[in-house]
Amino acid sequence: MHIKEEFAERHVLTLTVDNEAGTLARIAGMFTARGYNIDSLTVADISEDHAISRITIVTKGPPEVIDQIIAQCERLVPVHKVTDLTDAGPHVERELALVKVSGAGDKRVEAMRLADIYRARVIDATVSSFIFEITGGPDKIDTFVALMRELGLVEVGRTGIVGLMRGSEAS
Amino acid sequence: MAEKSGADILIEALLAQGVDTVFGYPGGAVLPIYDALFQHPKILHVLVRHEAGAAHAAEGYARSTGKPGVVLVTSGPGATNAVTGIADAFMDSIPMVCITGQVATNLIGSDAFQEADTIGITRHCTKHNYLVKDPAELGAVVAEAFHIATQGRPGPVVIDIPKNVQVATAEFDRHGNNAAKRYVPAGDADFAAITQAVELLAKAKAPILYTGGGIINSGPDASAALRELAALAGAPVTSTLMGLGSFPASDPAWLGMLGMHGTYEANMAMNQCDVMLCLGARFDDRVTGRLDAFSPNSIKVHIDIDRSSINKTVRVDLPIVADVGKAIRQMITIWNSRKLQAQKLDEWWARIKGWRSVGSLNYPASQSEIMPQYAIERLFQLTKNKAPVITTEVGQHQMWAAQHFHFDAPNKWLTSGGLGTMGYGLPAAIGAQMGNPDALVIDIAGEASIQMNIQEMGTASQYRLPVKVFILNNEWMGMVRQWQQLTYESRYSNSYSDSLPDFVALAEAYGWKGIRCDDPAKLDDAIAEMLAYDGPVMFDCRVSKEANCFPMIPSGAAHTEMILHSDEVSGTMDDEAKALV
Ligand SMILES: Cc1ncc(C[n+]2csc(CCOP(=O)(O)OP(=O)(O)O)c2C)c(N)n1
Ligand SMILES: [Mg+2]
Repeated sequence: MHIKEEFAERHVLTLTVDNEAGTLARIAGMFTARGYNIDSLTVADISEDHAISRITIVTKGPPEVIDQIIAQCERLVPVHKVTDLTDAGPHVERELALVKVSGAGDKRVEAMRLADIYRARVIDATVSSFIFEITGGPDKIDTFVALMRELGLVEVGRTGIVGLMRGSEAS
Repeated sequence: MAEKSGADILIEALLAQGVDTVFGYPGGAVLPIYDALFQHPKILHVLVRHEAGAAHAAEGYARSTGKPGVVLVTSGPGATNAVTGIADAFMDSIPMVCITGQVATNLIGSDAFQEADTIGITRHCTKHNYLVKDPAELGAVVAEAFHIATQGRPGPVVIDIPKNVQVATAEFDRHGNNAAKRYVPAGDADFAAITQAVELLAKAKAPILYTGGGIINSGPDASAALRELAALAGAPVTSTLMGLGSFPASDPAWLGMLGMHGTYEANMAMNQCDVMLCLGARFDDRVTGRLDAFSPNSIKVHIDIDRSSINKTVRVDLPIVADVGKAIRQMITIWNSRKLQAQKLDEWWARIKGWRSVGSLNYPASQSEIMPQYAIERLFQLTKNKAPVITTEVGQHQMWAAQHFHFDAPNKWLTSGGLGTMGYGLPAAIGAQMGNPDALVIDIAGEASIQMNIQEMGTASQYRLPVKVFILNNEWMGMVRQWQQLTYESRYSNSYSDSLPDFVALAEAYGWKGIRCDDPAKLDDAIAEMLAYDGPVMFDCRVSKEANCFPMIPSGAAHTEMILHSDEVSGTMDDEAKALV
């Protein structure tokens, strides 16, 4: 007998939660405890009185598992609202990455040229290195990082994505 | 306003919740609370012998009274010992509030003496948990904890209170704490959906009501409503292990329990029905058998208060998130106001009669030894007029009790269903007896399981609780032995109950009465002797050693593939089946 892999689709979920000790551990731990995937997770407090945080989780699973994930999130006491951006319709996703590249000569010039094309900004520079700041959808960042790998990539930091519904309504 | 210590605030807050009984065990990190308890004789503290016993006792108290069970334990080992009972309450949706001591806030994270990350450890086996860092928050936390534990799908809530927070002072206004509004469970069902459910039921030619522990959690009126609905629809009723008692076993519409060790008629009716109304049950793997063969041709309606229970394992056609008792009442109102008539179900009942005639609970009789099923039957016959509360341990005896003991009312059957915790029965019986001082409370036990929390005999002695422990002693971890016989060609690896204590001598050592019986002809008299004794009794009922629990749906099999008798057993299984729980 062998362990079987399951088909999975990617979903972006946003959660509004009470900003209190343990909420993040409760949510992240629930994902591990129930065997759900987390591709990325971001969290920051978003309300004026610091009482509410917004969490964006990118997860993968078959449709019925995604439905369970949402139900399990909603079951947690500090979770007020869960939105599946992927299901809800048009939305934007953005991620920020810092990309450090070191090199000299042609490679350095090429890195600068590509950064320009990808609208990455230089936020630190030495004679032998750059740090680029780039924002965009995860695919754009993946591609940019892949290109930099050829040109002397030292390290990358990524925020994981945040997302909002398009239009005037809150998600 | 005068300030009070955190410990006093806790006690006041518990009193404000109507708490009169706490199951607990003291230790360094809860000494301030124990001192406060000493000054408040209104709360009866039941001193257990192990913290798992406290948690299971609170479960037994809760399940038999409908009130939340309250636990008080110290930090570190006190809390970790209680975890099994907390996890058990989580799986079986039992309302519980567990107060744990914690090291002082300034020591948290320093590996202080008796420090454990109680919040981390219990995070995923509680409905919610709190670390309280300021005595001023305690009143509101306790109020919210009881609200969460008891409302919606019930469950355990842990409140972890550092020692310095118990000592520090703050203001407390007994009337000032409204349970926070942030937890709002489902109530009434969506009208359109529930109307559709009624129409489906009224049009069904082969309906079945598949009920579960949710009916019991919803309260006694849910059981009453279930009877009315079943009568209107003329439909047969089956139940999960957790739901036994919500529908009277003496009613002709009762099919018995369903699932792995359920009756043939219940499982066949589940398989062949055209409309399945699932009421407060959750399509557990022990109930469904092989999923792709589960009730293939039915329209499934699922009413549950917990939306995450819906479509978790089985896709349903009509999901309804609501309190099941209220939803059944709504169904009855709609049925009556539309003057609906059930279909003629004669054909359906004729088929059920055919399945019943198989006699799936029959077992080979014996004159020479006590068959375990016979022991349960006699226990039932000799106690049924007393409407006893029955608790169980886990194993064959539990399944035989579920099959052969019959319940006509809810809150009388207390068993560890979801977690399947050996050692549950005795402390649960103690909790049930505390909550129902005049009731006959019997733990139907196995000789292996009873040893898991046997220390609680001392608790029963101390509080003069006349609990009866009825051990079906087969000298085996029978359920393990049965699986080894069926799956591993009778290689009985570590399932023999060697070096058993002399249960009669043990009973006497604890100040209990001990009774032993191994003769079917003397069994009735021995049971009568147990019932006549007004204190705790341990009954060592020596039963047939190698009886197996049938009928049985082997793991990975469909409802229609039940094994009815041991001669149909093959002795091995393929790897796919072995890998299933
Ligand atoms: C705490 C715990 N450990 C292990 C098990 C696995 N288990 C299930 S039934 C069983 C044997 C129970 O034996 P006994 O109490 O004698 O009951 P019997 O099946 O013989 O009636 C075991 C070991 C369990 N359910 N709970
Ligand atoms: Mg046994």
